[in-house]
Amino acid sequence: MSHFRTEIRQRAEELVSLYPRKRSAMLPLLHLAQEQDGYLTDEAMAEVAELTGTTTAEVRGTASFYDMFHLEPVGKYVVGVCTNIACLLAGGEELLAHASSTLGCPVGGTSADGLFTLEETECLADCNIAPCVQVNHRFVRTTTPETLDALVDDLRNGRREDEIPPHGTLIRVRRSGGLRVPRAQLADERAAAQTAREERAAKVEK
Amino acid sequence: MASFTAPKIVSSRSEFTDSHTLSRYVATGGFEGLKKALSMFPEAVASEVERASLLGRGGAGFPAGRKWSMLRKAPVSYLVINGDESEPATFKDHYLVEREPHQLVEGIIIASYALQVSQVFIFLRGEFALGLERVQQALNDAYEYGALGSNIMGSGFSLDIVVHPGAGAYICGEETALIEALEGKRGFPRIKPPFFPAAIGLYGQPTVVNNVETMANLPWIINNGGAAFAALGGGRSTGTRLFALSGQVNNPGMYELEMVKNTFRDIIFDPALGGGIPEGRKLKAFIPGGVSAPWFGPEHLDLPLGQDEVAEKASMLGSGSIVVLDDASCAVRAAWRITKFFSRESCGQCTPCREGSGWLERIMFRLEHGGGRPEDVELLLDLCDNIAPGLSWPPQQTTICVLGSSIPSSITSAITMFRSEFEAHVTNDGCPHV
Amino acid sequence: MSENAPTRTTVSITVDGRTIEANVGELIIAAAERSGTYIPRFCYHPRMEPVGVCRMCLVEVDGPRGATLQPACYLTVSDGMVVTTASEKVKKAQDGVLEFLLANHPLDCPVCDKGGECPLQDQTLAHGSGETRFIEEKRHFAKPIPIGELVLLDRERCIQCSRCTRFASEVAGDAQIDFAGRGESIEVAPSPTQPFDSIFSGNTVQICPVGALTAKPYRFTARPWDLEQVESTCTTCSVGCRVAVQSSQGRLTRILGVDSDPVNHGWLCDKGRFVIDAVDGENLSNDVLAAGSRITEPMVRRNGELVTTSWSEALSAAAHIISDATKLTPTGVGAIGGAALTNEAAFAWERLLRGVIGTDNIDAQYGDGIDAHLVQALPRATLDEVATACTVVVLSGDLREELPIVYLRLRESIVKGTTNLVELATASSSLRSLARVVLPTRPGEAHHVALAIASDDAALSNLATHPQGTAFQPKELAEVRRLLGETGEGVVFIVGRPNAAEDAAIIEAAIATFARRFPEAKFLPTLRRSNIYGALDMGLAPGLRPGRSSVAAIARVSGVTAEERGRSTVEQLVAILAGEQSALVLLGGCVLGNVADQSLAKAALDAAKVIAVTGHGGATLAYADVILPTAVSHERTGTFTNIEGRVSSLAPKITAPGSAWSDVAIASELAEVLGQTLGLDSIFDAASAIESTLGYPSASVLSGSATDGVVVGAVTAPSLAGPLDPMANPGLRSADAVGLGARAGSVTHATSLPTTLVPMVTFNDVSLAPTPSIPLADAYGLRMVVTRRLYDNGMAVQGTPALAALVQTTVAMANPYDFDRLGVATGDVVRLSSALASSDITVVVNSGVTRGTVELVLGSRMHDGSNIVSQHLSSTQPAVVDVRMESR
Repeated sequence: MSHFRTEIRQRAEELVSLYPRKRSAMLPLLHLAQEQDGYLTDEAMAEVAELTGTTTAEVRGTASFYDMFHLEPVGKYVVGVCTNIACLLAGGEELLAHASSTLGCPVGGTSADGLFTLEETECLADCNIAPCVQVNHRFVRTTTPETLDALVDDLRNGRREDEIPPHGTLIRVRRSGGLRVPRAQLADERAAAQTAREERAAKVEK
Repeated sequence: MASFTAPKIVSSRSEFTDSHTLSRYVATGGFEGLKKALSMFPEAVASEVERASLLGRGGAGFPAGRKWSMLRKAPVSYLVINGDESEPATFKDHYLVEREPHQLVEGIIIASYALQVSQVFIFLRGEFALGLERVQQALNDAYEYGALGSNIMGSGFSLDIVVHPGAGAYICGEETALIEALEGKRGFPRIKPPFFPAAIGLYGQPTVVNNVETMANLPWIINNGGAAFAALGGGRSTGTRLFALSGQVNNPGMYELEMVKNTFRDIIFDPALGGGIPEGRKLKAFIPGGVSAPWFGPEHLDLPLGQDEVAEKASMLGSGSIVVLDDASCAVRAAWRITKFFSRESCGQCTPCREGSGWLERIMFRLEHGGGRPEDVELLLDLCDNIAPGLSWPPQQTTICVLGSSIPSSITSAITMFRSEFEAHVTNDGCPHV
Repeated sequence: MSENAPTRTTVSITVDGRTIEANVGELIIAAAERSGTYIPRFCYHPRMEPVGVCRMCLVEVDGPRGATLQPACYLTVSDGMVVTTASEKVKKAQDGVLEFLLANHPLDCPVCDKGGECPLQDQTLAHGSGETRFIEEKRHFAKPIPIGELVLLDRERCIQCSRCTRFASEVAGDAQIDFAGRGESIEVAPSPTQPFDSIFSGNTVQICPVGALTAKPYRFTARPWDLEQVESTCTTCSVGCRVAVQSSQGRLTRILGVDSDPVNHGWLCDKGRFVIDAVDGENLSNDVLAAGSRITEPMVRRNGELVTTSWSEALSAAAHIISDATKLTPTGVGAIGGAALTNEAAFAWERLLRGVIGTDNIDAQYGDGIDAHLVQALPRATLDEVATACTVVVLSGDLREELPIVYLRLRESIVKGTTNLVELATASSSLRSLARVVLPTRPGEAHHVALAIASDDAALSNLATHPQGTAFQPKELAEVRRLLGETGEGVVFIVGRPNAAEDAAIIEAAIATFARRFPEAKFLPTLRRSNIYGALDMGLAPGLRPGRSSVAAIARVSGVTAEERGRSTVEQLVAILAGEQSALVLLGGCVLGNVADQSLAKAALDAAKVIAVTGHGGATLAYADVILPTAVSHERTGTFTNIEGRVSSLAPKITAPGSAWSDVAIASELAEVLGQTLGLDSIFDAASAIESTLGYPSASVLSGSATDGVVVGAVTAPSLAGPLDPMANPGLRSADAVGLGARAGSVTHATSLPTTLVPMVTFNDVSLAPTPSIPLADAYGLRMVVTRRLYDNGMAVQGTPALAALVQTTVAMANPYDFDRLGVATGDVVRLSSALASSDITVVVNSGVTRGTVELVLGSRMHDGSNIVSQHLSSTQPAVVDVRMESR
């Protein structure tokens, strides 16, 4: 009984096939599981264990190492405010406190209506537009309490659906393309190409 | 005086709002470098890169050509691109993956051709959702364009590239931890020796790990020649590089500048660049290259932006991220927040970093928020010494990786430069800068 | 390097100014330790790959940029290396690491099990500074939390050394615990859906360098300085792991694994580790019917009731039973069991039964093993030979469930890549994922599979022509043949009875085929029970004789005609019902728990006069007429012979309770009452007699000349003696402590004995039962496979409450293919019908089960306590058991 719905399971199997070792698909699969459930459920982790050839303890242990994986339910919108050095100097802590009050949840917590989870993050790599704010890992560039409040209002009223998908959906662009020859042929191909190059070079010398 | 004569090598399309599209990329000379590279011998391509003396643009600054030639004897199995930009105050790779993803892809294909690898993984920071999408789209475009896949442009060279998202862990920017994450495990760095990726890397195979920006330089280098690149800059710091300026300046931003020909003063104060410090304040200190770097003071402003030049002054240019503190900022607070960062990001494997970073953070917290004691300053220094013995630069380490030995940098810099501030925090039982 | 230059095996390094010879590839920490310099450590364990995470072992190593601090556990020696272990810099680093570790470590010593044997305490005392400068709030976690049935975790005490997680993943291969979280919040954690119930969980408690992992059965029982210790052999299964048995105030408290190089590497399974409750738990109750209770007083049946009595009366009653039964013929009495005996006891009983009474009706197996003569004839492999074999072929029950340490040893070499595994897949097995080639082998097919492997005959390769239908691909068969080579050199066959519902003759024929075809291969037969190999070596099987001899072997050598053989266990039970035998001596063990055909066993026990010589209670004792209580494991001295034929010593730690006697004494006294003398006044007498008459090394081993025992039947080289690392296995007292003898702290591998003084059984002396014909498989049916699990209804597990809770309920298991074929779903209740019985049972899917079979576990019970598996098994059954499975 697969916990992943058909489309997700299909994508999961495609992901596993991209890597020489099954376990490498662990992080992408966990992102995929969050896409379906919003966070990592025990059932999803068991399925990821099966797909990667690991145990549930190993999946859970791996997932819990990373900040983006949530083992408990989170809001539809996970709001991250950075307070690292550049953002600290630009008022990140104050913006974080303001966000907590606007969203109605403590830092690290989820609002009562389940819409928002607020996190204090480390550097988000947008330091010239500080303090940095992301929603569901999309940069929103709301550096002031006013612009932040406007954003929250938009989100409450469903006005940013295209830009900001629900928490868990990460890469909305599907991979197209790939090698069309089996890997075994590659070595021969390469050797043939090298020979061709050398012949061309020899001709040029003459 | 700031020097603006060098060409834009990696950020030439920044003025275009559609710089991330295939059409704009091709219209502005995209994939020309690849075409040229494919007409050369792979070894010749590698030689051009060596001729350019391109230093790695991650944080370590290891010469890229030398990294590649370490593997010339043994076949390289994998090329892995480090796009896990998480060093505080660094945002250049963010630009490159969101705004010029095709350039990155072209650079990767050129590198793969030179190294004769057929499988590449781009490890991109998970928090770069848009960046991940743009890079995946750029790969799709490249396949369609014929720059990727089997028998690229009839050259007989085939390549596949996989975009692999990270999931939020600074330590995965360390190359062996990145490889661990790519293998589907917790990001625990490996002990070097013997786990230098060139020897034992991904799946135990010889692997080259290169930064995003390093790759982005390759199309220009092939198009214009390595010598042209080496003619820019000075000493071992050739070419241009993307500097990230943040903190208390008028114009924080990303600036591509010729190395060595420009100084810290230029980038911080030139009206066309940093534009100086707002509200007429004075420079208190600046961090020259990411939070692992020891701090500099006003006396260092005329240092050239060069790797060796900075190293000689016992710091590092690192990722090229410059953070400016003005005279109203609190040095203790800044050092505390940086220490808190390291404590949260420590992977937890080895005792000194895991326990030491947490302990240091707690002491710094007390100093900043109340409860600091006179003996805390010496305690801080001694604990730092237990993590990086001798507190020398470059640091020694009792830890497995350099995250550990980076922890003391901000603390020792702050104490050395602003000891009286620490004392004031003790007497004031908290930060006097409120 | 010239062709003739020998490869160097040592390099020269300097440690603290002293030049020492180190082995090529050795770690600095090990080389230093061997030469007398002990470098402190936490995460390093000599039996696991180093990780260099605790940083306690940092030493200065000279390099091109001067001396730098490097982890001694991680670097291998190189010629000319200069190492400093005691400089100011090293001392500061050690101080620093300890201060960091102790910063958040709770001051739990007064309430922590590890206090007194704690590497953190010991090394802090030796290397740390006197005080801490940490004034912050320590990290707090809810504690302790049970992470499994047997192990509790205290996350505050954990120093994140990763020994436990590495053990679970690297050694045991079942990573049920892993690190969770990051940085200073990392903790060891199982998944919420899978508790830490690995059968090897107790090892993590043993190797944990602090009190983070504690064992439920031992928690708060004793302080290390209260414990007395002796080194002995575990007798729970036939591997015979080396153990240290510890007691306090005359009660067994704990068993630890001793790092015996050729046998168990310091590891134990949880059954062997925790069954001490069954020895001297609360159950010294004389409740004869309770499995796991202790019988401490002699008993006789008077007026239908068992009552306690004196030894003289009980022995007299037993003697009467024997004389009555043997009035007409000595074959009126027989003995069943014997694996629970020591070698000396087995020798004594053999003398009594054959010498005094004159019967050859002696069988230490229960009809669920392999022909004893075949076992004795096979060229025996040692565990080291299994670990270094290039190919191992397994035709046996699940090794992890039956002989756990064999599984660990085999797994280690497969994972390292030095050994290829070929599995004849009869049932689900823990080895499946490690196998290089898997040959599905359904009930009845083993012989044909063996013939296919052994022969070049193309017709045999394709079992499509076989009446049973196809089982595997020709290319797999070709791969197996390639791996085995021409003569079987470097090959070990691990062979046993994988299915209690299948005629042993099929498996025996397969084994014989392998042995004939591959003369240079070695064999490891997987009889599980305790000292079964010692019992067989002392002649406790019909036709066998002491010294690994048999009547056929003796006849071959002396030219005398072989006598007729006595009765096996099942034959005895049948003979009792036919009136040809009237008395049974039960030498330990539980007939009802082990004989597959329950109705036959019950009827025969009821009909016969039964003398039970046992230390434990059990259902069988309901039929006893006389009960003679014995001392059991850890209460007796003697020798034990393990699966390799290794004779090792047993040392008593506590005295037997009540009036229980040693088995040797009981046999001696019984002989006296029967008017004869065995001439064995003591156990040591028996050991000496064994050695002087048979050349079997019991007396030498018992007198302490070899810690790891002597292997009979193979010549092996001695390994290097090495000191036991006190930080690797804290809890094992140092060599100076009481009880570990002159060899304490050292591991040796004694030379071994090629042959005994009497003619040993060879292949030519073996005559096997004819292979039965196998009926065609029913297209809609399944063949029954009955397997075993480590935790079962036996007395050892039932007498240990912590393990009894882990026994699983009976379910039927089938392959997903058969689910589809028969239209059932996992979790359905189905009706299983065989020729003998019908039972309703839940069926679950298990892709490890061989297609066309349904797997059930013997020794398990339904929710209502009933045993449905045995209902389908009979001693007169056909060669295989066919069942139908229908939805209810």
